[in-house]
Amino acid sequence: MHVPDGFINAPTSAVTGVVAAGAVAVSLRGARRELDERTAPLAGLVAAFIFAVQMLNFPVAAGTSGHLLGGALAAILVGPFTGVLCVSVVLLMQGILFADGGLTALGVNITDMAIVTTVVAYAVFRGLLRVLPRKRRSVTVASFVAALLSVPAAAVAFTLIYAVGGTTDVSLGKVATAMVGVHVLIGIGEAVITALTVGAVIAVRPDLVHGARGLGQRLKLRVNGDLVDVPGAAPAPVAARTSRRTLWISGLVASLALAGFVSFYASASPDGLEKVAHDQGIDRKAERHASDGSPLAGYGVKDVGNARLSGGLAGVIGVGVTVVAGSAVFWTVRRRRTTDVSPASASVSAGA
Amino acid sequence: MGAGHAHRLYRHGHSAVHGLPPHTKLAAAFAFVVVVVSTPREAMWAFGLYAVLLALVAYAARVPAGFLLKRLLIEVPFVAFAVLMPFVAEGERVDVLGLSLSVSGLWGAWNVLAKGTLGVAASVLLASTTELRELLLGLQRLKLPPLLVQIASFMIRYGDVITDEMRRMRIARESRGFEAKGVRHWGVLAKSAGALFIRSYERGERVHLAMVSRGYAGAMPVIDEVTASRAQWSYALTLPFAALVVCLLGWTL
Repeated sequence: MHVPDGFINAPTSAVTGVVAAGAVAVSLRGARRELDERTAPLAGLVAAFIFAVQMLNFPVAAGTSGHLLGGALAAILVGPFTGVLCVSVVLLMQGILFADGGLTALGVNITDMAIVTTVVAYAVFRGLLRVLPRKRRSVTVASFVAALLSVPAAAVAFTLIYAVGGTTDVSLGKVATAMVGVHVLIGIGEAVITALTVGAVIAVRPDLVHGARGLGQRLKLRVNGDLVDVPGAAPAPVAARTSRRTLWISGLVASLALAGFVSFYASASPDGLEKVAHDQGIDRKAERHASDGSPLAGYGVKDVGNARLSGGLAGVIGVGVTVVAGSAVFWTVRRRRTTDVSPASASVSAGA
Repeated sequence: MGAGHAHRLYRHGHSAVHGLPPHTKLAAAFAFVVVVVSTPREAMWAFGLYAVLLALVAYAARVPAGFLLKRLLIEVPFVAFAVLMPFVAEGERVDVLGLSLSVSGLWGAWNVLAKGTLGVAASVLLASTTELRELLLGLQRLKLPPLLVQIASFMIRYGDVITDEMRRMRIARESRGFEAKGVRHWGVLAKSAGALFIRSYERGERVHLAMVSRGYAGAMPVIDEVTASRAQWSYALTLPFAALVVCLLGWTL
């Protein structure tokens, strides 16, 4: 997705450059808060890690392979500010050294791939962690969803930049369809790999995962046969039920809006390029679908099938399926949460 | 870090272009690309002249054409995109060799191809005539925040180390009979990535401690400070100024 020189016109490139510079300046401050004076070596090494991990190709289906974009992974592992910084530095170096992405398009590339992916991923991740039970598995689940949404979000951002300052005469609907369609698929791969990677890190060094801070088990002492919290450790505040409900509803509304937005673009003007993208997409998905079986995979197939037959219907179906799947996930999570809470509250009452 | 740490992108030499202070080269390359991007696409001859200008720079820097062309291959994905463009763009159609192509699509493809290629060539020339450390110093001289330059320099310095660790892990996987064939093997790759992250992060912590024990207090000492004389600036900026003349001609003609 590295944009070359001349693809976006000069004024838009300048504006995105200002946006990128501002965001990098903010992240420099924020990263100091996240890492103190260790910022330079740690962020540098994490940037090197992102750079290396982008070379890690994972096979998708026969012949094709994808690679990680890393925005969501960086945000979850080291925090949003450091994440933006690391990905921006990687893009800067790729532009200057490897000529990967144009020099004048640097602002576009940073805005699109560093800022949008990282911010969207981290916002989704944080939001989900509030809703999900305070367990390690929910960190993995949240990072899956965060990475899943971050890639199409970057594609949408790219489409918006293209709408403002694209130099070519390809219609917006076609660009949006191709970009979002392909990147929804890439997002699935990104999501699986990100979630598995975060899971692998959590299994070994949970303290390193920025997104999982505060999930550590509190130290307990056995005093006269009873488990007692170590004095001094403040008990983590239990989220109030009402706030969780508002978050749940707002999350649902947000996913509904997003689904509507994406499927609106996905159903716009079917044409040759769309067919190419989908043909490619479908054969990729066949492989994934078997192992994945997630509601989103089903949603994609359904949407693809209908987009070519009836434009408007696909959007409605997409929204509907997303809402049903989202509600189902939230329902099961909430039910599990109530069962999870009981042993914890029992131990608290025993301690008190 | 003694000898032997020059990056493989850098091509050692003693030409006039190699000897220029890095920040003048960075400014020149950037200004050149800006000028190229703002040239109207209908002025096809202008892009030919730009290519000639870059070829002159390459000749002055004694960068062989084969080296340059090989590095230009990074552009291939966008060439594929550009080839697709005449088929999908709107507007009036023209028949070429029995294919119905969009006129504006052809212009768009030409636009992206010409400007993208020139941009890539300029970056490649910059990277092959400037050492990495110099490049970072140049960025600092151009008022990039020092912290950002430090992060970038750590990334460059340890990029090869981290990549090598990844390569060793791959060799370890393969020597145990692993071959990534499909989705089922993503888990293994992700565990490798997780291990790589932990190793990188812990290496970062060790590097920080080593730096602190050597007196690091938030800023890196600059021992090879370079300043550019007026003559060097004017020599470096010859390229963008020549390009600017071409660009203005392109707008007026």
